[in-house]
Amino acid sequence: MLLEIRDATKIYGSSGGSKDEVVALQDFNLKIPKSPASITAIAGESGSGKTTLANAILGFVKLTSGQVIYDGQDIAHAARAQMKDYRRDVQAVFQDPFGVYNPFYRVQHVFYQVIRNFGLNHNRAEWQQMIEEALNAVGLRGQDVLRKYPHQLSGGQRQRIMMARAYMIEPRLIVADEPVSMVDASLRASILDVMLRLKEEKGISFLYITHDLSTAYQVGDQIYVLYQGSVAEKGATFSVIDRPRHPYVQLLVDSVPVPDPDVKWEGEVVFPPEEEMRSSVASGCRFYSRCSQRLDQCLQQQPPLYQVDDSDHQVACYLMST
Amino acid sequence: MLDQNQKPVVLEVEGLRVYYETPAGDVLAVNGVDFQLYQGETLGLVGESGCGKSTAAMGVLQLVVPPGRIVSGQVLLDGQNLLDLSERELRKLRWAKLSLIPQGAMNSLNPTMKVNRQIQDVINAHLDRTSKQEIRDRILELLQMVGLPERVYHMYPHQLSGGMKQRVCIAMAIALSPQVIIADESTSALDVVVQRVVAQTLLRVKEALGVSMIMIGHDMGLMAQMVDRIAVMYAGKIVEIALVKDIFDQPAHPYSQLLIESVPSLKEHKPLKVTEGITHDPRHPPPGCIFQLRCPLVMDQCRQQEPVSQEVRPGQWVACHAYQSSEADQ
Repeated sequence: MLLEIRDATKIYGSSGGSKDEVVALQDFNLKIPKSPASITAIAGESGSGKTTLANAILGFVKLTSGQVIYDGQDIAHAARAQMKDYRRDVQAVFQDPFGVYNPFYRVQHVFYQVIRNFGLNHNRAEWQQMIEEALNAVGLRGQDVLRKYPHQLSGGQRQRIMMARAYMIEPRLIVADEPVSMVDASLRASILDVMLRLKEEKGISFLYITHDLSTAYQVGDQIYVLYQGSVAEKGATFSVIDRPRHPYVQLLVDSVPVPDPDVKWEGEVVFPPEEEMRSSVASGCRFYSRCSQRLDQCLQQQPPLYQVDDSDHQVACYLMST
Repeated sequence: MLDQNQKPVVLEVEGLRVYYETPAGDVLAVNGVDFQLYQGETLGLVGESGCGKSTAAMGVLQLVVPPGRIVSGQVLLDGQNLLDLSERELRKLRWAKLSLIPQGAMNSLNPTMKVNRQIQDVINAHLDRTSKQEIRDRILELLQMVGLPERVYHMYPHQLSGGMKQRVCIAMAIALSPQVIIADESTSALDVVVQRVVAQTLLRVKEALGVSMIMIGHDMGLMAQMVDRIAVMYAGKIVEIALVKDIFDQPAHPYSQLLIESVPSLKEHKPLKVTEGITHDPRHPPPGCIFQLRCPLVMDQCRQQEPVSQEVRPGQWVACHAYQSSEADQ
């Protein structure tokens, strides 16, 4: 396995009283194989724990329990040298293509800094060549962007430059946290396309974190749908989105506005305001109070993941137990 | 422009230009926008960020602040040109005839005031001598209309979820039964399921009141669900305006086509449509068509002459030389 996450749990505010505990991520498991390269989508609404997951993988957040294992090595116990390799092999692209740049520097500064930090090369001509190659991989040309300041570029260009920066380091995995949510619709495709090409041509895997099911559907091989810190449903993207089984995932898929004026939403969703305000149940299924098909059983214990077909499609719902 | 159904026009915008002053010259954010809003209809105003859709809305509301300024144009509400009114007259009219559900409405509520006070402020500013009981009843009625429980009356904004705050903003916007509501990306920061709840609330309230609405946004899926007509904006101009069905089924302008093709779908796995996003400097639009730098169909004529809006099908208006030349050939 390239990356394996075992029983990852993150509880915020757990040191003090137990009243204010927020379980951001609970018993989360994930595997990304070394090959073939793949895109794993992590989907969920705000507060579902998807960014906590990204931050745990990138080492910004320490898990309360569980392990992040990269290439057989638990990163919490990695030696300094191993950690440096990890930092190089696992790159990140963030949501905001405006905030990641220092506005005082030209775009080329981003690349120079990476080259310096990782001691990639010593010769200026080679630097230029590497940068050019990385930019070409994302469909840009150095002469068009390197001498510019960040504000002179579109959001799509800025985000592709971040992809180029990540690519230049030749990583094996890129953690992309909402990379297209702040980019215009007509340019979104250019970034998703770069992800697909880096996967196909360069063998780079992606962890694609998003709240947008439709882009996850477009590029994801696997999908994990999170609800309040737990996996509600996971499996091959086609299988999960085309035939969702978990009541929450069904509601979610059903609520994505269909870009067709002839297909209108059917019925109104009503959910209790208490639930909107996130006073979730202490035990049992997190979706209990919103669920239209709840059983008594659901309150007692959180449902485990049930296999629903011969593929890797799994659903955390007692309705699947029979 | 005539409506096929002969509905009365509520709001008419003509030749609206809003520029932002910068040291390097004016940014032509809204550069000659014309449209009409009919009684009871929802008009979607779509385009990418920076195309001027929010600025156009601020122009309609007369809320453009420096360095922005309205350069020219007319905004006719009930036959009255809002550009001729004094600030005092405008203040009477906002909320009462023309209201706004702002972008990121969750942050536009005053955190130190309870919900009832905020709504009460809107009502008090316009209606004198309304009894306390009447106001209270009205606020509760408004909360009920947007699907919020009575308890919300006594709550502070921080006690509410994003979707609930958004609905408080809707309640404020309809408090004085305006003729026109402008909703600026009012659901874009919400989760999908909550977005659906808020969007459906907005639709229901709009139907119940028979109010006209301008909905600004970039989510074409949401537009398909919510609006009757769509105006597609690019670089400060409306390049196409048509019934929502026509925009989706047979978009005419190359930019509208691009926009429709790039809508991701959960129904089909279509190849990604990749386009270059290089737009001209908004301070110096090129002569001719504004879309020429990105247009796959660009012709010599597009670099010289600005296309005028023409009706290519009933109710579908497009500013593109591709259609004008084909007409000239015939």
